[in-house]
Amino acid sequence: MRGRFGSWILASALGLANTVPAWAVDVKSAVLRVAYQELLPISRFDLKPQDLGFAGAALADEDNSTTGRFLGHTYETVTQSVAPEEAASAAAELVAQGVPYVVVIANGEDTARISDTVAEAGGIVLNAGARDNALRGQGCRKNLLHIAPSNDMSADAVAQFAMWKKWPRWVLVEGSNPADQELGQSYKRAAQKFGAKIVETRIFEDTGGTRRTDSGHVLVQRQLPTFMQDLPRHDVVMAADGSDYFAAYLPYHMWDPRPVMGAAGLRPVTFHPAHEAWGATQFHTRFEDLTGRYVHEEDYEVWLALRVIGEAVTRTGSNDPETLRQYILSEDFELAAFKGQKVTFRDWNGQMRQPILLYDDHITVSVSPQDGFLHQTSPLDTLGQDRAESACTAFQ
Amino acid sequence: MKPLLLTTALVIAATSVSANRAFVSNERGNTVTVIDTDTWQVETEFFAGNRPRGITVSPDGTLLYVCASDDDQVKVFSTETFEELYSLPSGPDPELFTLHPSGNPLYIANEDDNLVTVTDTESHTVLAEIPVGVEPEGMAISPDTKFVINTSETTNMAHFISTEDYEIKHNVLVDQRPRYAEYTPDGKRLFVSSEIGGTVSVIDIAEDGTPTLNKKIEFEVAGVLPEWLQPVGVKVTQDGSRIFVALGPANRVAVIDGETLEVLDYILVGQRVWQMAFTPDEAYLLTTNGNSNDITVIDVAKEKAIQSIQVGQQPWGVVVTPN
Repeated sequence: MRGRFGSWILASALGLANTVPAWAVDVKSAVLRVAYQELLPISRFDLKPQDLGFAGAALADEDNSTTGRFLGHTYETVTQSVAPEEAASAAAELVAQGVPYVVVIANGEDTARISDTVAEAGGIVLNAGARDNALRGQGCRKNLLHIAPSNDMSADAVAQFAMWKKWPRWVLVEGSNPADQELGQSYKRAAQKFGAKIVETRIFEDTGGTRRTDSGHVLVQRQLPTFMQDLPRHDVVMAADGSDYFAAYLPYHMWDPRPVMGAAGLRPVTFHPAHEAWGATQFHTRFEDLTGRYVHEEDYEVWLALRVIGEAVTRTGSNDPETLRQYILSEDFELAAFKGQKVTFRDWNGQMRQPILLYDDHITVSVSPQDGFLHQTSPLDTLGQDRAESACTAFQ
Repeated sequence: MKPLLLTTALVIAATSVSANRAFVSNERGNTVTVIDTDTWQVETEFFAGNRPRGITVSPDGTLLYVCASDDDQVKVFSTETFEELYSLPSGPDPELFTLHPSGNPLYIANEDDNLVTVTDTESHTVLAEIPVGVEPEGMAISPDTKFVINTSETTNMAHFISTEDYEIKHNVLVDQRPRYAEYTPDGKRLFVSSEIGGTVSVIDIAEDGTPTLNKKIEFEVAGVLPEWLQPVGVKVTQDGSRIFVALGPANRVAVIDGETLEVLDYILVGQRVWQMAFTPDEAYLLTTNGNSNDITVIDVAKEKAIQSIQVGQQPWGVVVTPN
């Protein structure tokens, strides 16, 4: 198909006076994915494909280039998987080679380190992985834009739904790892923010070992109910499992029959392959044609990061990082992201405002913010740290 | 004797009035609902292929064209018998189209392939495939038939395609997710709605067809979140004095002054108002309301909603047969 239209594209790009001013702009971006030693996921469905995130870049390049050909803009994105210790230097090298836009899929600590080396080299980092609240607060960075929502945003999305359902009495089950504890903190904060009551908090200790054994369910079926017995009256169980070692076992194995939300059951996600509303089906069709698999959150977030750059280039006609950064953080910036309303950026910490999908691993159950949660700026700012609460000063 | 006479009178009445019909495509119901525009009664509902969306009628009123998006074809029905006559090649996932005023050809937006397909409605062949921006959607033809407009939802442009050589002559950047394009009948203006951007771009058209972005119309309704003011369908009266804009999940149709381009009023209709169509005399404007499964009848002169009519599941498009 593409070859057939080669001459068409050339004709429309070169020979015609477009109303949109067109001059050559080359936009070079990179996706840097940090490869960690990880245990197998609880479910095979959560195995990570080889091209995780990179596939989103391939689609973004296609989408941006289709638009770019009417304007004389070209897009090229390199993808790289690196070990944690090499991540920062690899990022700096990319910027030195003339690739100023680096989309990063890494944990919070590495995302921060990479941002600092990229900042020195004059580039911009787009975070498509780390959910850490601190990266949006005290640890924020001027050249670091967050496509991924924070843990606070995701917890608020779940909390609003629970409150809309009038399920205000929660049991919080936290893991014992730092990532689990941070998530737990976000649910505690959300409970306070929206008037829920955490009637009891329990810690599910991570004792190590493999997460998946052939007899796994037999033990789980005996152990989990006892772990979950003798709880005060509650409506829902919030699972704070940031390291994927217990939450998936909770549904159907508790003492009291209650819905599970958070890390299992009803999960807050940026995107999922069954999401069809607001034209998302078109995204899936394009993505699946290109990659032969379903989309993961990382793919969507990378696609969105590169679309942010593409949209800013389209509107400003520039590929200068500072020009784009200012435009992206300005009130003029807006982007459609298959979420039913435009996504924009918080100018106080570089976080993308976005609706959060609540997903039961089968369909979109609901989308937060929920009806009735109001805000003077945007209902999207009812999710996560608001301007007044933010400890971020790098954007002032 | 008496009952017999009555029957005859009824038959005469029914046949002598040239009733118009409104056809509503029901995206989720896979049907088309047929409504008598004199009585506002639903005549019938028939299967119209999978995921019917764009819908139009031939200039002589005999043929109904329906984009059966999931069947990758345009189905053609008789507007009298509602029988499926044949289907036209459309390219994959046809969503919206515009018919040349002569009845041929049909210009179709293929959402999944970034193409506009031009289909000959007589020979049933594809005349051209024109690469456009990402997710082509809205389609319009200029009254002088020199340009076909396509809006691309992710590229955010209105593409001006020459009907002579099928090349794009102009591109105009508009706000996020342009959904629909509509010319004024004199061809001097083009309106493009941007669903996510929340605006309608007003594009002035010079004598030679060159477009210039004039302004962007914004919307504001007390008590409705700005995020839900999502313009989709646009219709302009024959005299150009009024522009009606369907505002999607805001459940309202905006009434805009064609001279000043100011919003005059908002008419409350059904939920998730999507596309619209005038009756031929322009006495009424029909709106499809996707989430309340009905259509609203607006009295155009009074600018008031007067009736709603239950149709199939998730009504999407609507067309009324000409006189």
